[in-house]
This record gives sequence, C-alpha cells and structure tokens, in this order.
Amino acid sequence: MKILREILSPLIAVIAAFIVGGLIILAIKDNPFETYRILLANSFGSVKDIGWTLFLATPLIFTGLAVAVAFRCGLFNIGAEGQLYVASFATAWVGIKFGGVVLTIFGKQEDWSWTSLPAIILVPLCVLTAVVAGGLWGAIPGYLRARFGSSEVINTIMLNFIAIAMVSYFTQYHYKIPGDPILQTAPIGEAAYIPQFREYFSFIPPDVPLNVAFLLAILMCVLVYIFLWKTKWGYELRAVGQNSSAAEYGGISPQRQMIIAMTISGALAGMVAVNEVLGFRHNYYDGFSAELGFLGIAVALLGRNHPLGVFVAALFFAVLMRGEIFVDAFTRYVSKDIGLILQAVVILFVASLQKYSKK
Amino acid sequence: MSDFLSFALVSSLIFSSIRFATPLIFAALGGMFSERSGVINIALEGLMLAGAFTAAVATYELSNPYLGLICGVGAGAVMAAVYAVSVIKFEADQVVAGFAINFLMMGLPQMISGAVYDSSGSTPQIDKAFLLPQFFNQISISSIFALALVPLCWYVLYKTPFGLRLRATGENPSAADAAGVKVPNLRYAAVIISGALAAAGGAYLSIGQSSLFTRGMTAGRGFIALAALILAKWRPVPVLLACLFFGFTEALTIPLAGIRLESGETIPVQFVQIIPYVLTIIVLAGFIGLSRAPKALGIPYSKEK
Repeated sequence: MKILREILSPLIAVIAAFIVGGLIILAIKDNPFETYRILLANSFGSVKDIGWTLFLATPLIFTGLAVAVAFRCGLFNIGAEGQLYVASFATAWVGIKFGGVVLTIFGKQEDWSWTSLPAIILVPLCVLTAVVAGGLWGAIPGYLRARFGSSEVINTIMLNFIAIAMVSYFTQYHYKIPGDPILQTAPIGEAAYIPQFREYFSFIPPDVPLNVAFLLAILMCVLVYIFLWKTKWGYELRAVGQNSSAAEYGGISPQRQMIIAMTISGALAGMVAVNEVLGFRHNYYDGFSAELGFLGIAVALLGRNHPLGVFVAALFFAVLMRGEIFVDAFTRYVSKDIGLILQAVVILFVASLQKYSKK
Repeated sequence: MSDFLSFALVSSLIFSSIRFATPLIFAALGGMFSERSGVINIALEGLMLAGAFTAAVATYELSNPYLGLICGVGAGAVMAAVYAVSVIKFEADQVVAGFAINFLMMGLPQMISGAVYDSSGSTPQIDKAFLLPQFFNQISISSIFALALVPLCWYVLYKTPFGLRLRATGENPSAADAAGVKVPNLRYAAVIISGALAAAGGAYLSIGQSSLFTRGMTAGRGFIALAALILAKWRPVPVLLACLFFGFTEALTIPLAGIRLESGETIPVQFVQIIPYVLTIIVLAGFIGLSRAPKALGIPYSKEK
C-alpha cells in the first residue's frame, strides 16, 4: 500500500502532463495520439533504441541521485549543472595531461601531456578526478550555507554561471586545438577511454554509445540506498533533513551534515563526466550538458528522492529525450520541444501534488 | 583627439550600460514585488521569455510595438498566474515550480513558432519601423519606462496601503492576516505584477533591442535580475543601482573583447562576465553588510498553521 501511495502522485502528474501536452498539440493543429505514439515507440523497439535510451538515462541517474541526496538533508542542489561541468573539464584535463596526448598542430607535432599513464592507472585517476572536482564544487555552497547560513539555492545558481564561464575560458584559451572552430578541448588519451558495450556484444549496433558508466550509475543507486538507509552517516544526514533542530539536540551537527551532503551530491553530479568524457565524447565539449543538471531536479522529484524512483524517472525522461527527435522529424507541426514541455508540466504537477501525497 | 575618443568611449559605455540594465530593472523590480510578499521568484527567466516571445509575435502580426508590449506583459501575467496558483493554492515548492515555469518557457515558444511560422529557432523579423522607438538613436523608450518605474515602485512599496500590506505579508503573514490582510489574494497580486514587469523586460529584448524572438534569448538575465535583487537587499533604489552596475559589467565585455594586449593576447570576457555572480555570493555570505531576505520568503501560508 505504501508503495502504491508513493507512486500514485508521480503517476497522476505524468498523466496530467500528457493531457496538457495533448491540448497544446491540438491547439497547434496536430494529432496528439500520433505524436505520443512516435514519442514513446522509438525507445524500446530495437537493441539500438534500448541502447540509446539507457545511454541518455545514465547522466540523469547521476544528477537525479545528486539532487536526491542533498534533498534528503533538506538542501536544494540547483548546482548539479555547474558541478558536472567542472568535473567534466577536470576529467578531460587529467585525460590530456596524463594520457600522453600528442597533437599535430599546423603540421607540427606538439606534446600536450606531462606523461603517459597506462589505462589501469589512468582510468581510476580520471574517475577520481570527476568525483573530487564535482564534490569540491558542490562543497562550496554547502560550506557557505553551514558557515554563513546563505541560501544554497541562490549560491548554486550563481556557481553554475561561474563554472560555465570558467570552464569555457580554460577550453577557449588553453585546451582547444588551435584552429578548431568548435569550442572543445583536445581529445583525451586513449588509455583513459572506458569500454562501450558494443565492443563486447556484436549484436549492439556500432553507433550506440552506451558504456560502463551505465553500470556505475546502477551501482550508485544501490550505494546511495545503502548509505542513506543502512548506515549511521546516512541516518544523521536524513535526521538533519527531517528536523534540523531535533537532530542538533540529538548530538548531530547540522552544519557538518550539510557540507557532507553537498559534497556527496556534487560528487554524484560529477560522475556525469565518466559517461560523457571517458565513455562517449572523449574530450570536453563546451555546452554538452543541455540542462542535465536541472533535469536532475525533475528526476529526483518525480522519483520521490529515492534511488529506485530516480532510476525509473531517469528512464522515463530518457524516453522523452530519445522520442522527441523522432517527433521533430515525423510530425507535421510538433517540434522536439514537446519533450521539454512535458518535462516542465510533469514537474509543475508533481510539485503541486506534493501537499496531498504527504497526508 | 584622444580626449574625444575617450569621451566617445565613456558615453557609449554609459548608454550601453543603460541598455543592458533595462531588462534587468524590469525583471528585478518585478521580482521585488513577489519576494517582498513572501514568494520566491526563480521563474523570472521564464516570465521574461514569455514576454519576449509574445511581444515579438504580437508586434509582427499587429504591426504595432505598443500593442505588442501589452500582449507580452499580458502573457507574463498569465504565466505568473499559473505559477501563483501552483505555489499559493497548491503550496508547491516555490523553487521547483519556478524552474518548471522556466523549462516550460524554454520549450513552448519554440513549439508555437515552429507550428505557426515553420521555424522553431526564431520568430519572423519585424520591420524596423514597428519596433519600440529609440531617442537620439541611443535610449529606448523602454529604458525610460524602466527608469520611471523605480520611483513609482518605491512609492507603491513604501507609501501606499498596498505596499504596507505587501511588506507585512512577506515578513509575518500571520500577523498581517490577523490585521485583516487577505494573504493569498495579496500574494496573487504580487506574483502577477512580477510576471507583468518581468515580461516587459523580456519584451524590450525582442522588440526593442532586437527585432525578433530567438531561442533562449534572455540568456540567464532572469537570474542576473534575481542576483541584483539580492544585492539590493530587496529595495527599489538599490535595485536600480545594482542593475546599472550589472549592465555596466555586460557593456564592458564589448570593448574588452576587441582589445589586444601587447603580447598579442586578448582579454578573456569570461572574467568580467562572472563579476555579478561572484559579488552576489560574497554579499549573500554577509561580507558586505547583511543581506536579509523577507522573513516569510519561500514559506507557503495556510491559515490553520
């Protein structure tokens, strides 16, 4: 019964969002049923579809978990976007500096790396970089909240802009290959690549970028669950989220828990870099995220801040992200923005129904 | 000669500061109404987009910028009303609902313009004759509205019964309620005003500064306005100063981008761009006087509590 109640309000929100979306589609003189069929039918029909959907779900699981952990401590991490950007750039930087990257620039050989580490050291080093960089960027608003009581909502929004500007500066002025018209860093060393599934399973088409970061995402769902509900630390973190002054009376330092929660949250957001930089693009590509951090808020909300819920919600959003491309191509009037609109309306309904699901 | 050049540079900097500050002033003053009544307004960005898009479409269809502006303002008010129902009636989390509005406005304008004009990237170009007029080729009528709005907002906030009730509601809604203020109604009014004003700022972008609506054309200005509001400690005159300062930092990036140092390096504009954000964090941490939000900010009000 408890589970039923937990999933009832997200379910109502999704249905309501589809109705509102349907009305919008009708208003622009297109067919909502046909649109929804195209939107939903291209996500699980073939190995390729499934591969892409899971690939798109991977970063959403990380950012969704990130927001959920902070939320369990009573904090709102709007900063996953900034955290994942900092982490992705830092990861690419390590992948270049320790990956033995030698580039041919205007016909001349240039060595951009300090050394060339073997994969067995370089990959863990890169993953560690992603986690530490994201964690540190997340710790800043945690510290500011704990030390000065300043709102983590505003601070994370500001830090997002700062992160995006700084990373774009380093990319543009220091790590872009001269002459490259695209704002992206040089590629990381091949030793830093993590395996894509298509290399091991021949039935997966070659253009599917699903990689082991997806397994990391599942592992993180399990670890976050164990941490939050089966350990003392998770208990203390949740105690602060439930009732900060009661927790303090019980000997838990809310300030400390806030910094810990935001650090973990940032570290989880940072893991997006593993999927993006090590598993997919193999460099840092400016602006790749396209609001993944903000979608994490929606994922966490829809998933009721529970790892299992986050996993399911991330899949649902990935379905929309996959399907919207086909909607763009195969309907007369509806553009791919239908995905974003549905996500927005889902968030609005989930937030508005929260009052009722608590009772 | 160099005197003349520096004069030209300074005056162009001043004018472009005002130009860049204009949308921020509208949005930040709007945010001020909402937040002084106790409702966080993260949705400013989305409300600006609603105004920018609707004003562009209406001006294009009706060939009249004033009607366009009114339609834009109306659209902002309607979207703000949706937000208000969600956070006041349903007590939705204000940050979450605000983000939902922002998301919605990142998608909906493109969807509509894609269906109507067959181009989801932007709306059709508006003839120059139908844009909001500029005086001396420098100062848009919107800038004058924005500057005039500051004393008006000050008056409303501090010298009218409505302003008194608004501030009371934001500080202590139960006390305001006991004194006979209808807290929800007042908050609805405040949020809708904030939507109308933010939309006016957005409309300036699409039918004043440029001549069409493009995808995400507010480019984070709603959040900069929010930062200005915090920096100004939720007061109208400091809001103006904060917006002018942020407008100045944005204006500065233009001449800076063209300068080459003797070493042949260019000055990275990113360092100038982050000034407003860094400053906001510093102020919020209490290093430059305490920035105190209205006491009831973000807390839904229901009578039984």
